[in-house]
Amino acid sequence: MKDRSVRPAIWRVAVAALAAMLAFSVVGCSKADDTATTPESAVEKTNVVLASTTSTQDSGLFDVLIPAFEKANPEFTVEVIAVGSGEALKMGENKDADVLLVHSPAAEKTFMEAGFGTERRDVMYNDFVLVGPEADPSGVKSAADLNGVMTALATGKAPFLTRDDKSGTHSKELALWKAASITPTTTANAADWYLSTGQGMGETLKITSEKQGYTLSDRATYLTAQGTLDLVILREGDRGLLNQYGVIPVTDATHLDGANAFMDWITSAEGQLVIGGFGIEKFGQALFTPNAQ
Amino acid sequence: MGIFIDAFRDGLSMLVTGAADVWTIVLVSIQVSGAAVALALVLGIPIGFLLGTKRFIGRRMMLVIANTGMGLPPVVVGLIVAMLLSRRGPFGNLELLYSQPAMVFAQLIIALPVVAAVSAAAVSAVPRELRLQARSLGASRLQEALMTLKEARMGLIAAVAAGFGSIISEVGAVTMVGGNLAGKTRVMTTAIVQYTRMGDYGPALALASLLMGIVLVVNILLTRVQQSAERYER
Repeated sequence: MKDRSVRPAIWRVAVAALAAMLAFSVVGCSKADDTATTPESAVEKTNVVLASTTSTQDSGLFDVLIPAFEKANPEFTVEVIAVGSGEALKMGENKDADVLLVHSPAAEKTFMEAGFGTERRDVMYNDFVLVGPEADPSGVKSAADLNGVMTALATGKAPFLTRDDKSGTHSKELALWKAASITPTTTANAADWYLSTGQGMGETLKITSEKQGYTLSDRATYLTAQGTLDLVILREGDRGLLNQYGVIPVTDATHLDGANAFMDWITSAEGQLVIGGFGIEKFGQALFTPNAQ
Repeated sequence: MGIFIDAFRDGLSMLVTGAADVWTIVLVSIQVSGAAVALALVLGIPIGFLLGTKRFIGRRMMLVIANTGMGLPPVVVGLIVAMLLSRRGPFGNLELLYSQPAMVFAQLIIALPVVAAVSAAAVSAVPRELRLQARSLGASRLQEALMTLKEARMGLIAAVAAGFGSIISEVGAVTMVGGNLAGKTRVMTTAIVQYTRMGDYGPALALASLLMGIVLVVNILLTRVQQSAERYER
């Protein structure tokens, strides 16, 4: 009998809670509509979709770059979708993005050859760093060159964490293994030392820190996250660690005008200046080196 | 529609050939969520039994907690467990973050309130008179409890299904505490996210179909339980 008296009370609470949630969501919607209509109604703006990589997003570059572009080109707004270079290129192929900013030269070349992009221009480069535990158990610091580094990683005891996500960073890592004539997945105890995260740079750095292993990271993401990591830079400045970014407007993009405007601006003196200055205030060093022709 | 046809063809061939370790991923999923739901049953059914049959101070509070816990956001569970197990966290020296036990622990926290709340509802649906009658016929407290659980068995199966369903398709917590490590902590949901991010729709769709299949089986089970419960009421 008691149970029966409890149940309606619970139902009443449930209905009240649902009603409250609905009310909140309605209020939330109308609020969002207000903010969307008032300032925008004056000028009709075109929303350009920029597909780029998680590492660029994580570096914080877009927080500076996009507002500067929108100020210089008030007729456009930019929406950034941050994914791996692989999916960014796929988005271009499916015309889900108007313009790409990626760093995967080999894949970009295939993309251009297939006619998915109207043109490709160099924008900037940054460099990769090899990070690992301070004690450097595999001894990568003392290796003579990058090939020696990769051999030390493959024969050492500490794990190496690979992003394994077709990102620009991942293709750079694969190129380094290839140059050293090592196929990590076919080594004797690959399951023990070559660990695939399949995730973005930030997550992979976190996992590397927890496992006290090694990984290849772009400098920007490492510098942004280093305070929360027990990892140090063990290798930097080697020629093979440079990372070139390219901008590609997508063929038949919905907003090709916006895509072209973005490409022209980011490779202009003005855009290049913004890139060259980014990071100095926060990290004491520029994170990207502009090199548009 | 070409995008779906291509992905479907890729995914199917992947399932048949066993490429991309699809079956390892499925196995890890079932292992982790199975272990979590088993532990949730061991802990949750006794809690549900107490909540459903006994009257004690704080019972209503516990029911509210269990019912609220059913809507516990997995990402919040993931965040807390990740912080606890992190090298810099209080249990860092266990070195458990990004391992299967960490995933089981997080999923247990998600499934436990579901199992407890559903089994409490199931047990409280057993007529009180039946339990009193059993006692008057000389049954011990343990016998009475076992009889009640036996009467509520359909509801308890529902608890299993609901608990399992709540974690097998969960992605937030397993990503944060598992890390999606291939062959170790990569499960169906995290692999789907990864493949989609990489633009590999084929394997993503293949795993999505398998996941849907598993969820479908769970729901068929739940529906059958509900129908037989309706018969019981009449």
